[in-house]
Amino acid sequence: MGKLVALTGNIAVATAMRQINPDVCAAYPITPSTQVMEQFSEYVADGLVDTELIATESEHSAMSACIGAAAAGGRVMTATSSQGLALMWEMLYIAAGMRFPITLACVNRALSAPINIHGDHSDSMGARDSGWIQIYAENAQEAYDNQIQTVRIAEHMDVRLPVMSCMDGFITSHAIDSLELLDDKTVRDFAGEYKATHPLLDVEHPVTYGALDLQDYFMEHKRAQAEAMKNSRKVILDVAREYKKLSGRGFEYFEEYYMDDAEIAIVILSSAAGTVKVVVDAMRAKGEKVGLLRPRVFRPFPYNELSDALSNVKAVAIMDRADSHGAEGGPLFMEFKSALYNNKKQPIMINKIFGLGGRDLMLPDIETVYRELRDIKNTGKIRTVSEYITVRGEEAAYGKA
Amino acid sequence: MPKGLQKYLRLQAMPTPFCPGCGHGMLMTAILHAIDEAGLDINNMVFVSGIGCAGWIPSPHFNADTLHTTHGRPIAFATGVKLANPELKVVVISGDGDLASIGGNHLIHAARRDMPITVICANNSIYGMTGGQASSTTPIDAISKTTPSGNIERPFDLCRLVGASGAGYVARYSVVPLKPLIKSIITALNHNGFSFIDVLSPCPTYFGRMNKMKRPVDMFDDLKKRCKKIKKGEKSEEGVIPIGVFVE
Ligand SMILES: Cc1ncc(C[n+]2csc(CCOP(=O)(O)OP(=O)(O)O)c2C)c(N)n1
Ligand code: SF4
Ligand SMILES: [Mg+2]
Repeated sequence: MGKLVALTGNIAVATAMRQINPDVCAAYPITPSTQVMEQFSEYVADGLVDTELIATESEHSAMSACIGAAAAGGRVMTATSSQGLALMWEMLYIAAGMRFPITLACVNRALSAPINIHGDHSDSMGARDSGWIQIYAENAQEAYDNQIQTVRIAEHMDVRLPVMSCMDGFITSHAIDSLELLDDKTVRDFAGEYKATHPLLDVEHPVTYGALDLQDYFMEHKRAQAEAMKNSRKVILDVAREYKKLSGRGFEYFEEYYMDDAEIAIVILSSAAGTVKVVVDAMRAKGEKVGLLRPRVFRPFPYNELSDALSNVKAVAIMDRADSHGAEGGPLFMEFKSALYNNKKQPIMINKIFGLGGRDLMLPDIETVYRELRDIKNTGKIRTVSEYITVRGEEAAYGKA
Repeated sequence: MPKGLQKYLRLQAMPTPFCPGCGHGMLMTAILHAIDEAGLDINNMVFVSGIGCAGWIPSPHFNADTLHTTHGRPIAFATGVKLANPELKVVVISGDGDLASIGGNHLIHAARRDMPITVICANNSIYGMTGGQASSTTPIDAISKTTPSGNIERPFDLCRLVGASGAGYVARYSVVPLKPLIKSIITALNHNGFSFIDVLSPCPTYFGRMNKMKRPVDMFDDLKKRCKKIKKGEKSEEGVIPIGVFVE
């Protein structure tokens, strides 16, 4: 068993970064991810890592510097949130398109306007199509475990894509949680040495990155990138299994909580799953067949496995902590709807948008969702496909249960 | 805040979120004093700020039109405001990180095109809001959260930067004493073109505590000691912070 410690999610991630000892980090501070780089700069100052750290003048520059460092052959990491990720957006596509295995700790926070510093998933969901692998953690332990696995996934020769590992702002990043750390050597051995392919500055073999690529080859390169994302499915599984052998912990594509015989279920990402589990326990104690499915991997979306996991459920609420205005629901909902399209057996699906800008999701709110699902299961009728909950206005029934 | 200036405030938004001893509160008073003394109609003014403690100086506190934007971009937003309605007096109030680090590009370009707006930089040589990281104005050797063993990067001299970019009015004052600062703000507000004031506004909570100035008063004493008016062409001695009007 590893060492048991009490750390915030941010420090847990910074610890994983210290143990991996990357070559270069470039970052710009933003709440609530600031502490990751702050802690890491202490490690640099104390000589605990060999990393070159640069505090750039913006996130756009931070990701640009990360790309430059990766092109030069370095193992590169950064952290950001919200507007920081939004400002990196142009560069996220460059990192993925150039196939650099950069890893980024994304501490999820709402996007402006209006200004809000609290947790929701609109930042990383906005980067959904940037070509980055996305993994979501429920708590500090998982954020630590995921961070260690990201390098192995990103750097695998069948993948070579950047990886974003996400945790909820404040709830996970700032709350002190107890977790188990692996020892430094174990992490270093697990992460292994990074071998860059075709780095710049290899004077014998000069290379060009990012050159003009028009109608003749652009599509082939994009297809290759899409294939790499597909390949990452197997790599994510292999790495998760290997990590589990080492640590005794972790999930593969998703976590199932009482899903075996569940008739109704909630699907939810990250820290809110912890709250849902409490409600599931209470309802199970009363004999209700409720379950929870918490996806860990969002990109690539494990559609076969996730739709199988829901195939025996009668009614399911996909709960999104981000919205896609004008679509039929949040990004997670749309993903599940298309994943289940080919299934013969399909649950009735509804969507709840919750927790935007850090709005609390309380136990009675979750119970209300389960009760609605129970009615849907019994009557086959749905009131509305997608709605905001715990919000002032028509749906004010929430929170009063 | 003096009683006579309270009419410029949304009292329901008070008190400000500033820490005790923060220079930004004093700068806020100086700006309102200047508006009052210059006889400007606050209803014809728009205050644009970015993200940072300094961004809170006008928003939501000023009882006027305020546009609270994103980190680094208030000058670009303000450019739009001025173009859409040139009758308005457009004032940008934001921090050194906001205006000179992440938003430095907008600062030099607005000065270059002589955009008729006033930019007041509440310069505390640090990112206050995010907890005290080095900015592009942090002095060499200063301790910050990102430079725990001392800053090794040279800071910008914002007045030289903005002056060289073509601004028509460039000055630097500290929040102590307040009088010369108020006078400079009045001149800047009345200037017909791009005007810029680098206001030394201490952050005792982060910069002070990390740099052997434990109490806010230590920071004010330090500023009083080090800020000196320098004649044109004269070189300032080590440790002296040149204040005054550099371009007019
Ligand atoms: C794109 C983006 N990156 C980072 C941040 C986080 N952030 C908020 S305020 C701030 C620094 C503020 O420093 P400064 O402008 O000097 O104002 P001060 O708080 O010192 O008054 C940072 C980095 C942000 N809001 N948006
Ligand atoms: S952190 Fe610093 S700049 Fe921000 S309010 Fe406190 S003293 Fe002022
Ligand atoms: Mg500042």
